[in-house]
Amino acid sequence: METTETRARPDAGAAAGAEPAPRGLTRRALLARGAAFGMTLIVGAGFVTARDAAWAVEVTTLKPETMATLIQMARDIYPHDRLADRFYAVAVKGYDDPAKAEMVEAGIAALDAAAQGRGFDSYAGARWEADRTAILQDIAQGEFFQTVRSGLVTGLYNQKEIWPLFGYEGESFSKGGYIDRGFDDIDWL
Amino acid sequence: MANPARFDLADDSVVVVVGTGAGGGVVANELAQKGVKVVALEAGGRYLPEDYINDEWDSFGQLAWTDTRTTSGDWRVARDFRNLPAWIVKAVGGTSIHWAGASLRFQPHEWKGRTTYGAVPGANLLDWPVDAEEMAPWYDKAEAKLGVTRTGDRPGLPGSNNYKVFEKGALATGCKEVHTGRMAVNSVEYDGRQACQQTGFCFQGCKWGAKWSSAYTDIPRGEATGNLEVRDRCHVMRVEHDDKGKVTGVVYKDKDGAEQRQKARIVCVAGNSIESPRLLLNSASPMFPDGLANSSGQVGRNYMRHTTGSVYGIFEKPVRMWRGTTMAGIIQDEARHDPSRGFVGGYELETLSLGLPFMAAFMDPGGWGRPFTSALDSYENMAGMWVVGEDMPQETNRVTINAEVKDDHGLPVADVHYTDHPNDVAMREHAYAKGIAIYQAVGATRTMPTPPYPSTHNLGTNRMSEHARDGVVNRHGQSHDIANLFVSDGSQFTTGAAENPTLTIVALAIRQADHIAAEMAKGNL
Ligand SMILES: Cc1cc2nc3c(=O)[nH]c(=O)nc-3n(C[C@H](O)[C@H](O)[C@H](O)COP(=O)(O)OP(=O)(O)OC[C@H]3O[C@@H](n4cnc5c(N)ncnc54)[C@H](O)[C@@H]3O)c2cc1C
Ligand code: SF4
Repeated sequence: METTETRARPDAGAAAGAEPAPRGLTRRALLARGAAFGMTLIVGAGFVTARDAAWAVEVTTLKPETMATLIQMARDIYPHDRLADRFYAVAVKGYDDPAKAEMVEAGIAALDAAAQGRGFDSYAGARWEADRTAILQDIAQGEFFQTVRSGLVTGLYNQKEIWPLFGYEGESFSKGGYIDRGFDDIDWL
Repeated sequence: MANPARFDLADDSVVVVVGTGAGGGVVANELAQKGVKVVALEAGGRYLPEDYINDEWDSFGQLAWTDTRTTSGDWRVARDFRNLPAWIVKAVGGTSIHWAGASLRFQPHEWKGRTTYGAVPGANLLDWPVDAEEMAPWYDKAEAKLGVTRTGDRPGLPGSNNYKVFEKGALATGCKEVHTGRMAVNSVEYDGRQACQQTGFCFQGCKWGAKWSSAYTDIPRGEATGNLEVRDRCHVMRVEHDDKGKVTGVVYKDKDGAEQRQKARIVCVAGNSIESPRLLLNSASPMFPDGLANSSGQVGRNYMRHTTGSVYGIFEKPVRMWRGTTMAGIIQDEARHDPSRGFVGGYELETLSLGLPFMAAFMDPGGWGRPFTSALDSYENMAGMWVVGEDMPQETNRVTINAEVKDDHGLPVADVHYTDHPNDVAMREHAYAKGIAIYQAVGATRTMPTPPYPSTHNLGTNRMSEHARDGVVNRHGQSHDIANLFVSDGSQFTTGAAENPTLTIVALAIRQADHIAAEMAKGNL
């Protein structure tokens, strides 16, 4: 993806804060707005980054808030408490693409509207997962939700880095298969 | 390949085989072994064990048939996988690269579905024009070719973790016929191929060659005779005929996209049960306006895919089902015909394992939220089994040409229409209950009756029949209408039986090659 970049950036938070704040936001304001994304995300100018600044997604076409909401939406569709946000960010970073931006901005706007219909300021402003899931149910039959969900099936679960968190061991030919590595080692039956 | 044959496009003495999977690969080799000159045309490329990839999606991208197809009917696949009705390989070796290797003979009564089950409303049941006794010697040959475990003097495979859970549950619920299967996977070195290393990517192509596939057995052996030329990346577009109604050859797109015409004495169609009827239908001509071999109107009809479904169980402790063979064992107690269960025909239960990426895609397509992810969180503690049962042939379940959608060659694509018969639904419900009980007997804390995947067993769309009015081909797979046109794949199936189909496809292919060679020698073909 030429238009996006995702990697662990120890300095990303600092970089985001140190930028000349093109949208007229001070670092304090950023943090304050970030708080609206109550989970783990802080929105910076052109960046969506982890609260602990362990990683960042640079957004070039989407609004940072949109990307942050999208990452939250991805987590709420496939919530795994042991998976860090960065895996969800990787799974949806491809939407930061001029060809998709309109669809995504409209989809997230509709999601926020659905949230408002249930009395929340925004989707990300709903603090309980159960509330956000109810909001997602409202849009679940729509094209936007279906696109994001089906994209996640491979975008999330085909990231080799997450496999060990599920115990899945992946490729095994180079290790000689499991004939001597526990194909029949079950001990609790 | 000491001696790769090269035949001229104008050589009309060759047998052309379309497709090189379980049926086509075997018929091509068997003919070549008998001295018959064969040109095998395969739409896909050539991949060997060193090329196979231990990664579900990468392997799918390498091997699967992803040319456009469309779907219709009530089956859930049409909703969840609109353009992927079936999971089929496009490569030299066909779906025998992906298959798990379960190799079972039909039960004798299953050759006579109409007689055994009677008239089932809505079903288009018919007896096969062959029977168990006649097929027995061909099964012997097929089992020897594939090296099927627990047949001949070949020992069974050892039981994996997934199998041990399955076996314990089976025995606890009173099942008697449970074992590690009859598998075309070597338990000991056999036929120059080594024993299974329990790698666990059987669906992605066996990198050890322990599992039989025509890709690295029949195909190279046929080529070594000097009588077989395999042309890969050659997509057959239509079969041509003369004004006497005999087929004369095929037109295909070669590797470079150029159109070629290969003359032929005989054409054997073996493109799998979706592409074979599509090819016959796309070959319509003024003389055969409804497509070749279609005077009965049955080409494309009676599409069967087995009554399938999976049950996954989650346990308190790890199972690690992905370690070892993908199909590690079988329960055969329910394979019998016993209408007191509320349905005709029977089903097998076979262990199955999917890796995490495929589990996410197939466990509950369209599912999301905690009910979905909490199951995947327990992936390590899952055991899995698959249901394979006899589905009813229905005239309206069919492969047709979708004239509105074209493939890369400009040819109309196949539409695959399927709706469960009530018998299929009753059988699946019974199998789910059985599978759930089996896992609960071993202490499952959660069980998941999982819907059928895109079809891996595709059958019946050019079925065998005694009479020309009832089907497309006769007892030898020879079309009723055109003497030098044969069907050599799973589309010949008159009924599906409860068993995985490939052993029967191979047995029929060996038998057909024998018949063709004999008829050629007699000058009848
Ligand atoms: C994941 C998986 C697991 C399976 N496990 C088992 C199992 O354990 N036991 C069992 O019995 N069966 C199993 N099967 C089913 C088995 O693989 C098939 O039944 C068998 O391979 C079908 O043989 P076939 O000859 O009909 O078609 P295929 O093997 O699919 O071969 C058809 C070939 O024709 C080619 N072709 C199609 N159209 C054209 C054209 N127009 N021109 C040129 N070439 C063309 C295709 O590219 C393909 O290579 C499994 C299948 C899958 C997908
Ligand atoms: S488990 Fe055995 S048969 Fe399956 S891919 Fe591995 S070695 Fe081959």
